[in-house]
Amino acid sequence: MNFDVTKKSAAVFLSAAMLAGCSSAPADSSSDAADSNAGSETNTEQASGNKVSDTVKIGLNFELTGELSDYGIKELNGAKIAIKHFNEREDKPFTVEGVEIDDKGDTQESITAITRLVEQDGVVGVVGPATSGASIATYDFASQKATPVISPSATQVNAMMKADGTPYEYAWRVCFEDSVQGAGMAVYDYETLGAKKVVIFNANSDYGRGLADAFKTKFTELGGEIVDTVEFGAGDKDFSSYVTRIKSLDYDCIYIAGYYNESAQIVNQLKADGVSVPITGADGFDSADFRNQIGKDNANDIFYTTAYTSADPSDELKKFIDDYQAEYGEEPGMFAALSYDATNLLLSSLEATGEDGAALNKEIENANFSGITGSFTFDKDTHTPNKSILIVELVDGEQANTTEQKVD
Amino acid sequence: MDQFLQQLVNGLSLGSIYALVALGYTMVYGIIKLINFAHGDVYMIGAYTAYWVTTYFGLSFLPALLVCMVVCGLLGVLIERIAYKPLRKAPRITALITAIGVSYVIEYTTQFFMGTSVRTYPPLLPNQSWTFGPITITYLQFVIFSVTLVLCVLLTLIIQKTKIGRAMRAVSADENAAKLMGISVDNTISFTFFLGSALAGAAGILVGIYYNSATPLMGMVPGLKAFVAAVFGGIGSIPGAMVGGLFIGICETLVTAYGNSMYRDAIVYGILILVLIIRPAGLFGKAEKEKV
Repeated sequence: MNFDVTKKSAAVFLSAAMLAGCSSAPADSSSDAADSNAGSETNTEQASGNKVSDTVKIGLNFELTGELSDYGIKELNGAKIAIKHFNEREDKPFTVEGVEIDDKGDTQESITAITRLVEQDGVVGVVGPATSGASIATYDFASQKATPVISPSATQVNAMMKADGTPYEYAWRVCFEDSVQGAGMAVYDYETLGAKKVVIFNANSDYGRGLADAFKTKFTELGGEIVDTVEFGAGDKDFSSYVTRIKSLDYDCIYIAGYYNESAQIVNQLKADGVSVPITGADGFDSADFRNQIGKDNANDIFYTTAYTSADPSDELKKFIDDYQAEYGEEPGMFAALSYDATNLLLSSLEATGEDGAALNKEIENANFSGITGSFTFDKDTHTPNKSILIVELVDGEQANTTEQKVD
Repeated sequence: MDQFLQQLVNGLSLGSIYALVALGYTMVYGIIKLINFAHGDVYMIGAYTAYWVTTYFGLSFLPALLVCMVVCGLLGVLIERIAYKPLRKAPRITALITAIGVSYVIEYTTQFFMGTSVRTYPPLLPNQSWTFGPITITYLQFVIFSVTLVLCVLLTLIIQKTKIGRAMRAVSADENAAKLMGISVDNTISFTFFLGSALAGAAGILVGIYYNSATPLMGMVPGLKAFVAAVFGGIGSIPGAMVGGLFIGICETLVTAYGNSMYRDAIVYGILILVLIIRPAGLFGKAEKEKV
């Protein structure tokens, strides 16, 4: 048997740390744990965890390869900037080390990724993944292992909920839900753009369908009409048959619920066919790749819902944008910003409690967080922040005319 | 009816692309009985080459097309020499697995160097379209048709009328007998890879410009569809690949136009299965006994 020394000493250190954690836990931060209605199943103790050591590892689980890697890589970059800012502070209580892992945008890979992060790397919390499917896949495991996961952009409807209607105890997100996005755009289309008849293009994914359903419900409730709904698959490039199909219809607005590649193709092919009505969409449009693919000329009369805008930046946002630009040579988008916020939420909660596990989770739940994508507290029944959405217009390829849209 | 004709035009332009890629599959299979799964990625390299030469060297469409074809042709030869030639005597499944490996190597090497961001093209062709009665054809669609047509005619001429074409047919019929007749089998196979990959390169630039995007994984789905088109037309048969590509393109377009788009692949592949049940060798394939 060849049990190497570092492993052995690490094991000794760990068990010592655990003992220390147990003895000191009840003293602080957990006093308000009693009124928590969640958390009784997997963790019967009071909200307590182990004291964190001088170097804390957090997991960065993102889509680094595959079709959705533009989102994942931007979010990894945003998270790394947050870690860098934290480690640069002189009064930092501990040093943070980010452990990167690629989930390839695949639910199965994502479970493997979080298992490795928790079991092998010993992270205290995980930021990511970017997409809803890959995120949801990790929630059950994370809750079993008492390791909080904060998803920057898992916007899918009910993403945080188990089948029994309660939220996954250790799962959080810092973005609003698709239903809010879809409804928000419906209100804007109807009231501000004056649209009455809409054609919907939606991806045949949970994301696309969730958005389209929310849009449809709100828009018809307001008195509008959905003229046609077109469903497309991930990776589709040729939309000419759809464009020809809706040619004979009478409509005054288009709503696209999909990710950037397909959405950009739809916009291009509609505009090439001479469609001049406003084209509206969701945060899938919020990518530099979207704007590059449609080009300056087509990027007019386009509106989308988002959580982030770089217009009128605060000092904190300015620093983030500058540092991001210096590091990666491009403007950060919504995904990088959300990930920056998600990482900061994890780090500030960790700093406040100084412990991992249940104590850290409790701290996240009660956070009153102020970030670059807005300030929020969590809705404890859905683990989703109470945030308002922004509607951005594209003028010659640039973001302009940001409006805040309330949805009741 | 008006809409039907327009949808037919849409389907033809989509099908032309599948046909160009399918030709490469079918030629390689015809000569060394290998399904070259890296073929879709050669097509992707074509799109990236087009991005490079048009963005950084300012080439216009025709020179860029030629450069793409040459670069992809050479890449095809290189792949054959490095990955497939040493395995020519190995069991067929070994070469097949290698082809899948080569495909991943190309995809992720490109992703490593070029990143995952979508690359877009400077405007190369005029943004113009013609209307004939109910049908509108854009300049790009016209270019796709004509380039495909010209390349298919050229290919047929090369295979039927030239010495190297005769050598290709000979190697395809019987490799050992061809060798005995003094044909350089290695050179002939390399040339086949060159031609097939050059066609993929042409498809790459056409698709890149048509959709104004190039990504490292763009070859996966069209590669698969083109493979299906080649099987549908009868793998190994040149006219079969063309007809198969056009058929699948038109089929997909019509199903999305008149049916539920979600059943698109189910219906297209359903037809494929039917055709293969009735004609196991594909539409134009010759049913031949496996030589034991």
